[in-house]
Amino acid sequence: MQTVLSIAVDALAYGMVLFVISIGLSVTMGLMRVINLAHGAFAMVGGYCASYVAHAGFGYGIAIVAAMVATAIIALPLERLLYRRIYGASELTQVLMTIGITFCVIGLVNYIFGPTLKTVPLPEALRGSVDLGFRSVAKYRLFAILCGLIVAGGLWYLIERTAFGVRLRATVDNANMAASLGVRTQIVYAASFALAVALAAFGGVVGSELLPLEPYYALRYMVTFLVVVSVGGPGSIPGALLACLLLGAIDTIGRYLAPEYGEFFFYLAVIVIVTLFPRGLAGRLKKQ
Amino acid sequence: MTAISQPAGQSFNRTLSGLVGLAAIVGCGVAGYFLFPDNLALLTRIVAVALLVLSLDLVTGYCGIATLGHAALFGAGAYGAGIAAAHFGVVSPLAMTGIGLAAGAVAGLISGVVLLRAHGLAQLVLSIAVVHLFHEAANKASGWTGGSDGLSGISPDPLLGLFEFDLWGRTVYVYAVVLLVIVFVLLRFVVHSPFGMLCRGIREDKVRVHAMGASVHGAQLRMFVISGAVAGVGGALNAISTQVVGLDSLSFTLSAEALVMLVLGGVGSLYGALIGTVAFMWFEDVVSAANPFHWLTMVGVLLIAVVLFAPRGLYGSAAALLTRGSGRR
Amino acid sequence: MSTVFEVTRLRKNFGGLTVTDDVSLSMATSDRLALIGPNGAGKTTFVNLVTGNLAPTSGTVTLAGADITRLNAMQRVRRGLVRSFQVTRLFQEMTPEEHVALAVLQREGRTGRLFGDFRRMPRVMEEVRDILGTLGLDGLATRKVSEIAYGQQRLLEIALALALRPRVLLLDEPAAGVPQSDTGRIERALEMLPPDLAVLMIEHDMELVFRFARRVIVLAAGKVIFDGLPDDVVKDARVREAYLGSYAQ
Repeated sequence: MQTVLSIAVDALAYGMVLFVISIGLSVTMGLMRVINLAHGAFAMVGGYCASYVAHAGFGYGIAIVAAMVATAIIALPLERLLYRRIYGASELTQVLMTIGITFCVIGLVNYIFGPTLKTVPLPEALRGSVDLGFRSVAKYRLFAILCGLIVAGGLWYLIERTAFGVRLRATVDNANMAASLGVRTQIVYAASFALAVALAAFGGVVGSELLPLEPYYALRYMVTFLVVVSVGGPGSIPGALLACLLLGAIDTIGRYLAPEYGEFFFYLAVIVIVTLFPRGLAGRLKKQ
Repeated sequence: MTAISQPAGQSFNRTLSGLVGLAAIVGCGVAGYFLFPDNLALLTRIVAVALLVLSLDLVTGYCGIATLGHAALFGAGAYGAGIAAAHFGVVSPLAMTGIGLAAGAVAGLISGVVLLRAHGLAQLVLSIAVVHLFHEAANKASGWTGGSDGLSGISPDPLLGLFEFDLWGRTVYVYAVVLLVIVFVLLRFVVHSPFGMLCRGIREDKVRVHAMGASVHGAQLRMFVISGAVAGVGGALNAISTQVVGLDSLSFTLSAEALVMLVLGGVGSLYGALIGTVAFMWFEDVVSAANPFHWLTMVGVLLIAVVLFAPRGLYGSAAALLTRGSGRR
Repeated sequence: MSTVFEVTRLRKNFGGLTVTDDVSLSMATSDRLALIGPNGAGKTTFVNLVTGNLAPTSGTVTLAGADITRLNAMQRVRRGLVRSFQVTRLFQEMTPEEHVALAVLQREGRTGRLFGDFRRMPRVMEEVRDILGTLGLDGLATRKVSEIAYGQQRLLEIALALALRPRVLLLDEPAAGVPQSDTGRIERALEMLPPDLAVLMIEHDMELVFRFARRVIVLAAGKVIFDGLPDDVVKDARVREAYLGSYAQ
């Protein structure tokens, strides 16, 4: 029972971290139809920024905000100069361009920060564990779960309930129509991209205890994030949430019960799910 | 890429260009032997990877399927040949190559069956999942594969019972070049055959191919098997030349690099695949010798540059320039 | 003349909506039949049901006496039910010669061959030249499709269909998108279709219909409302109602 509970908490926390990072990717893929393999690189950049700010003596909260803003500032010119050229291009082109960006980021991070592991020190309030009566749980894990819930809720509110959300959904459904109705789609794209990247950075910081920060982070988890989005169905918040929880659970259970198999069961599950649901668990956006 | 519009009488021209290409490959092979006698191991590695990239070109260039998991086919060939030698005493290089070919073809079939279940993003994700699955399986079955330590104990017999594999890698290099020439000639037949033409049609418009009464799925699956056989030969060659097989031969990284090499050279042409491999691996050798940290950055910049400025790759762009030049005359 | 193609009480429901409503028609060898109807009559759905790209809710499709209702699109083509596309679907990077050769080889079940260039197969090349020559495309045989005019691409669509030697040919708006000056060539190509071939043409252009068809079927709201001679179609009250009904009041 003890094991079951700790596996459950770990799985939930891991799934939520995956969600926070991947949801931005899901939104951009659903909106702009860009297979952005560099998404993990932005999460990593966010983590490195936060690590730098935190070690300079600022608090955890400031580090998070600084990371999100800095990453978005770095990402916007890239959107303008590189991504805009591959909207609507073939998958192969998109994959190559974004792998190229990832390689550049890895090389530069390695050059600037060196190959060692970086940490974002947790504030006192998040260290240790909290007693739930029958079992104590690490506070950090609860915090990660909470972050996931806040992001899911906040994003849902933004997309379903605000004026920006209306423009976003209109652009997703029919960009030309939205443009002729006066929606400035270029700005919607840029804003969504910045938001996606900022969320990635947020996830990179919050998840740094579970997904350790080092230069190859961008390559190591690139596939995981892509897989989560594909399994969930690009553009769907509930789909992404479901996929993250499911795959987080499979991965965590696999690590506990059959560590010698590595990620075998994770990828087996991916093949099974993708084969059964080629459009994702909840691909609610337009076909193809 | 069929960027070159062919004038009349192209059947003769095609044979001629094939012979010229063949002569160029043999010429480069011979030149490599005499110009870089201390670097034959690298040159052999280049040939092995070139076979992987050629194999990827069959699927990506000729059938239009983007995959990030093609190293699974290469690794299957390498482990097939390696396991046969280390555990079953099959140490004849030709037999090892044959086993690698068969193992690659089987891996190609498995890969094809899985990948062809989906399209687009889902297909890409499946390809990644397949190569990881192969990787984890090889890691787990360490009794057979040596796990993360790699599979050692591969000591091939002399080639044809006559030529010892020497310390300088001369024999294996010659063997590699001969294999490459044979594969290249066979693939040239395949891509110009009715089947090759059908696959090009599939790349351009599946619906039209269907409306001609041809099976898209069947043709693609068949191409995956052929592609697997080619990659398997490459893997076996690598096992014979290095006498170890590591998990890196089944990695996502190798898959991604192979795709980069293909695109660098030019998708959809056998020459492009070869040129891309040589250019990339030579560049890698030079740059990472100078500063390994900058290697990734350089590859990244290179990739972005190719996508933006030379989407047809080195060979495709050069060919397009040449035809435009001759068209003006 | 014997019946080569028959559709019996073909029906397709999308949810509660009946898009094809018990359509029946039969065609004899050498028939020249035009299927017309106002926008939204269900012509596209009917084409997809016949070609096997959509499964019917009920009804049967028979080709040369065999029930092909359960066969997929590919199998129907192999049995001789061939279509052309309303918007040309050609291989942009390939030549007309390659297109036709591929169709010839496919018809003969030889597209699986791994060796041999079709240019060195005299019989294939002879047929390719023949077909391209008939349609006046011989001068363009080795140009890339992306470099030839749209009207010529339409002719190549017909060439492809001919190379498959169909029993029944379904032409989906063969002149769509072609400038007025070029429709003459397409009409001439249609006149040269083999006499024993049954042709079903879906078309908007009534002039083309009157020149080509010996029989006309009018589809409206998923139902056949007229089946008869071209001369009678304009006199038919129900057809007038279907086309002009919305303007009547």
